[in-house]
Amino acid sequence: MADNTYTINQNSFQRTKAVEKQVSADYERGLLKNILRTLTENKLAMFCAVMLFLIVLVSLLAPLSPHDPDAQDFLNKLQPPSAEHWFGTDELGRDYFTRALYGGRISLSVGFLSMLLSTVIGTLIGTTSGYMGGKVDMFLMRFTDIFMSVPSFLLMVVINSLFPPKVYSMVIILGLFEWCQIARITRAETLSLKERDFVLASKHLGVSNIQIMFQHIIPNMSSSIIVAGSLAVARAILTESALSFMGLGVQLPKASWGTMLQGAQVYIMDMPSLAVFPGLFIVMTVFSFNILGDALRNALEPRTLK
Amino acid sequence: MKNYIIRRFLQLIPVIILVSMLSYLIIQAAPGDPIDNYSKPGMTQEQLDAIRQEYNLDGSVVQQYLTWAGHVVKGDFGTSLYQNRPVAELIGERLPATLMLMGSALLLSLIVSIPLGLWAGLKKNKLTDNIIGILSYLGISIPPFWLAMIFIIIFALKLHILPSGGMRTVNVYTNIDVIRHMVMPVIVLSLNNTATFTRYIRSNTISQLEEDYVLTAIAKGTSRPKVLFRHVLKNCLLPIITLAGINIAGLVCGSFVVETVFSWPGIGRLAMDAVNSRDYPIIMGFTMFSCIILLLGNFIADILYAVADPRIRQGMGKTNGR
Repeated sequence: MADNTYTINQNSFQRTKAVEKQVSADYERGLLKNILRTLTENKLAMFCAVMLFLIVLVSLLAPLSPHDPDAQDFLNKLQPPSAEHWFGTDELGRDYFTRALYGGRISLSVGFLSMLLSTVIGTLIGTTSGYMGGKVDMFLMRFTDIFMSVPSFLLMVVINSLFPPKVYSMVIILGLFEWCQIARITRAETLSLKERDFVLASKHLGVSNIQIMFQHIIPNMSSSIIVAGSLAVARAILTESALSFMGLGVQLPKASWGTMLQGAQVYIMDMPSLAVFPGLFIVMTVFSFNILGDALRNALEPRTLK
Repeated sequence: MKNYIIRRFLQLIPVIILVSMLSYLIIQAAPGDPIDNYSKPGMTQEQLDAIRQEYNLDGSVVQQYLTWAGHVVKGDFGTSLYQNRPVAELIGERLPATLMLMGSALLLSLIVSIPLGLWAGLKKNKLTDNIIGILSYLGISIPPFWLAMIFIIIFALKLHILPSGGMRTVNVYTNIDVIRHMVMPVIVLSLNNTATFTRYIRSNTISQLEEDYVLTAIAKGTSRPKVLFRHVLKNCLLPIITLAGINIAGLVCGSFVVETVFSWPGIGRLAMDAVNSRDYPIIMGFTMFSCIILLLGNFIADILYAVADPRIRQGMGKTNGR
């Protein structure tokens, strides 16, 4: 083989880059199209996407509510749902609907942000592990295995009981304990991607390992990452609500849905509806993320189809 | 086989050590000096030193950890700060109640999920399958503590047919009474596993039905129920063993929450009280204990799986057991 076949000339490198950009743009358009097609074909997934959109929307628009979430009105405490107070009022006479919307802001942002954190950690570890192989792979995967068998919920209970969490520390704690699965998924994907021609080609063109990982491997796993992320949000919201319910999560006066349920427990005899509404929000949100995640998995990853 | 068991068992040790170090560090980092729990105002320095020595509060964190670990290996988890009794004894006392709850929940999950999963798998993509599918998604999406509250509202507060919490009615000592108290906690605790198992059995049934041996059996004139129960079911149940082992984690964490809501007198409630009163030795003991139960659950499931599936047993010499 002639030596000059492999010489990198600046010109061909530029051309490769241009082709690459085109390919990845096509791929991203394809991804979006696939997601939309999934939604139009799968009625349940569509329903969930709409429901999720509405929940996010009303949470974002919470400040438009005529009621102040912290305004107390003792004359009207523990009212049943009415036209004025859609979900009734709580033990301090605060409008429960408005509080649920503000609670949604906290629950949803804790869910999203901790998912982002765990996805970043998981993807970095998984990709490095799969791409580097050898000792690095063995070490990182052993570490992941060990971390996976750690009873994370119990440790979170211990941590949160000793250090009353803020919203941001909640995000960090949830994120730090949830990355293992994403690391495993991305590692498996990397193992197959790194043998593909375009990765081998870039390698021979002298592209650095880090660049290959960030420009070729990670973008090509985006569908798996989206699926895993969707399921991770669902898990994070559930865990957060359980911790908050036990008084070990987001602390008052800030209230997530879980914190609201903790408060409702005391008044379960007088006003059971206080216990119903925040829970319904949790169920609808988590249900939607789970359904969407699985629907997308079936659509985007044909390999998993039986 | 023996080698596999030994190797698999040795893998548990680093995890247990890691968890113990992590939780020990976390508790060490907690604000406040634990000596405040034992000392009274006006004690002399010698008295304080003596207390530090007695309760393993002197020396560096590493030394304290090593001393503590040395005791734990001998089965001594320390003494509760407030109840003044050995932690191991407190946990042992509460354990039967928790195991009863967890065992019944696991059993209920299996009883419900096996027929549901099979049924859904047989009616793939038909109405029955879709309904069971949606229900199982709901099962993994409903927070157990919320379901517990809803159950309490409906069955205890509105209908008055079940007690809202606890394990026994005062001064009633019948088994029926205990069972009545168990109904709601067990259903709530089993929900998550039931949903997960159903989904696994469904997808397994579907893939098993496509296997050649099913075709062969039908071609040879074996009746449908016989194919289903003799062949398909047997192959579907195998993964359930592993799944049950893995989901012990869910049961341990779930029982923590469920016992809190239903005031069930098990170790979860003991731990929750300890968390609230910052009784460190109990928290530490509970974390270690749950971690060990959990890992043993996975371990036993792996071994059983290997025993039940000859393919794994034979491949074991070559692979590294995973």
